[in-house]
Amino acid sequence: MAPTPSSSLVELRNVTFGYGERVILNDLSLSVPRGKVTALMGASGGGKTTILRLIGGQIRAQSGQVLFDGQDVTRMDPTQMYAARRRMGMLYQFGALFADMSVYDNVAFPLREHTDLSPEMIHDIVLMKLNAVGLRGARDMMPSALSGGMARRVALARAIALDPELVMYDEPFTGIDPISVGTSARLVRQLNDTMGLTSIFVSHELEQTFTIADHVIILANGKVASEGTPQDVLHSTDPLVYQYVNAQIDGPVRFHYPATSVEDDFGAHAGVGHQKFGVAR
Amino acid sequence: MQRSKNDVWVGMFVIIGAVAILFLALQSANLLSLNFQSTYNVSAKFDNVGGLKPKAAVRSGGVVVGRVESMTFDDKTFQARVTLALESRYAFPKDSSLKILTSGLLGEQYIGIEAGAAETNLVAGDVIGATQSAVVLENLISQFLFSKAADGATTPAPEKK
Amino acid sequence: MTWYKPADVGFATRSKLADLGYAARLFMRLLTSIVPTFRRFGLVRDQLHFLGNYSLAIIAISGLFVGFVFGLQGYYTLQRYGSSEALGLLVTLSLVRELGPVVTALLFAGRAGTSLTAEIGLMKAGEQISVMEMMAVDPIQRVLAPRFWAGVVAMPLLAAVFSAMGVIGGWVVGVLMIGVDSGSFWSQIQGGVDVWQDVGNGVIKSVVFGLTVTFIAVYQGFEAQATPEGVASATTRTVVVASLAVLGLDFILTAMMFTI
Repeated sequence: MAPTPSSSLVELRNVTFGYGERVILNDLSLSVPRGKVTALMGASGGGKTTILRLIGGQIRAQSGQVLFDGQDVTRMDPTQMYAARRRMGMLYQFGALFADMSVYDNVAFPLREHTDLSPEMIHDIVLMKLNAVGLRGARDMMPSALSGGMARRVALARAIALDPELVMYDEPFTGIDPISVGTSARLVRQLNDTMGLTSIFVSHELEQTFTIADHVIILANGKVASEGTPQDVLHSTDPLVYQYVNAQIDGPVRFHYPATSVEDDFGAHAGVGHQKFGVAR
Repeated sequence: MQRSKNDVWVGMFVIIGAVAILFLALQSANLLSLNFQSTYNVSAKFDNVGGLKPKAAVRSGGVVVGRVESMTFDDKTFQARVTLALESRYAFPKDSSLKILTSGLLGEQYIGIEAGAAETNLVAGDVIGATQSAVVLENLISQFLFSKAADGATTPAPEKK
Repeated sequence: MTWYKPADVGFATRSKLADLGYAARLFMRLLTSIVPTFRRFGLVRDQLHFLGNYSLAIIAISGLFVGFVFGLQGYYTLQRYGSSEALGLLVTLSLVRELGPVVTALLFAGRAGTSLTAEIGLMKAGEQISVMEMMAVDPIQRVLAPRFWAGVVAMPLLAAVFSAMGVIGGWVVGVLMIGVDSGSFWSQIQGGVDVWQDVGNGVIKSVVFGLTVTFIAVYQGFEAQATPEGVASATTRTVVVASLAVLGLDFILTAMMFTI
């Protein structure tokens, strides 16, 4: 019996994940609504990329469930995992294009690996995808000749080559010029709407994120600190969220890394410093 | 490919397999001398051991019955003293004799032991008296040349016609 | 990790054993991938070009030089016993049985092995392996297996080229320069070299070395740390481990094959 499609395409239930003793996700639960653009935000190292990898099945949670369209990813055998991954597309931070192939071959890669389409059909599909990201003219360039923003757009074309249901973006706006940021943001939104995708993206870029996202989730301390529409999150009273969205230097996330007191390092009791520089007492 | 909990066991299995292959290879090449037979040592004195080496075979009737354990020089009698390790399952009479022989024409040298007729057998620590030294090629050739020269001196030289 | 704490030593031993076990499983995985890999022969052919053709120059020239040296050294040693006509036999047997497979394997490890490790390590550092997994393409089947089998195929061929060039080098020095009789040079080879015993065993050796060197190169690249230093140290490890493995295996194989 096929499960009834729920309103969320991806769901994490009580997921705990860590490396050795370092816990990154602590009994985390969240859901990603179908057909919408969801933003994952939070402090660096807070587990945002980890969540994307958990959804893709690249890493396994120590406890909890990771559901993709109702099926638990952590319990899938290789065949089911294979089928699930074909319905997802992932865009890595720097594009992760195959350096030894041209742009055309990069976008054609998933088509050639997973389908038996004729070269003519592949040609049409590849050019359509490249056109969607505005790079149809760059089809014969090699990845080393592309700028960062262009490489990411090619990677996006490759990620949507098989028309997935879910596309995940790992920091698509980081480290590129404002024009490319605007282009990428518009592409994420546009592709989501025209292709009926569900999109999850990890970002630190507040302005563009709040412009294009339908749903925002902010992570802190391994749990969800705040979630909702961009407006909800912007007006949240949670101090962590407030510090984050207002880009404040000090708050629950401290500015100073834990150290000994100021007197100990600079004051009259600091013996070594005085002797070294011959400062008179 | 994921790391598995069984990797440690697979690693141990690989090491055991590698040791087994190494053992087989060395055994088949006869490079290992794993001798599990118990042996008893006897010694003998030779004037000349020739090309005999430690670990050389001691054969009786062609079958290996022991090994040469060590060779030293006795500077009181100016002879070579050879210690043999004979396998315990073979007993030889006390008056057995030893000869240094060569396998094939130019092969390795080994010790041949020929059983005597005594009633009591050799025990560990015994010294074998009846020994025959190795044949040294140069001595043989010089003997031959001298005997040829001696023959030539006694028979008159043929007249040239 | 400290050497005197039993817990640390135990942990290190366990992790080394686990690494060995993982490597063994990966090796079996690559061995069993032969049929699907050769079905997509285009990938193997491309890798064969990178590994084989690009190594041809160094292998052939090294073979020639080794042949020169052999011709010289061999002649001076043999003529002391009046056996200088056996030069051809000496050169050919040494090359075909030992030097061909071994030196080719060492050179291959240095040239092709390091490039394999660096390439796969950099692919891993650039997240290309990860993105391939996410696209439901098995990176072991798509990236590692073609390179592995291309190396296994290339090695015996390169070893044969090395040996052939060596014999020619020996001929150039022995016959052309020194003046050993050309007829006896070649006829001694025909009389003394057995195709199955000598040449065949040499081929078996080079296949075994090919499996070993290529696997080590591919494994080190696949397990490299995804940083520049990680890739660099993986590359040097490839050369060291592969060279030691080749020399150790040579001893075992020679003991098994060429005993009296």
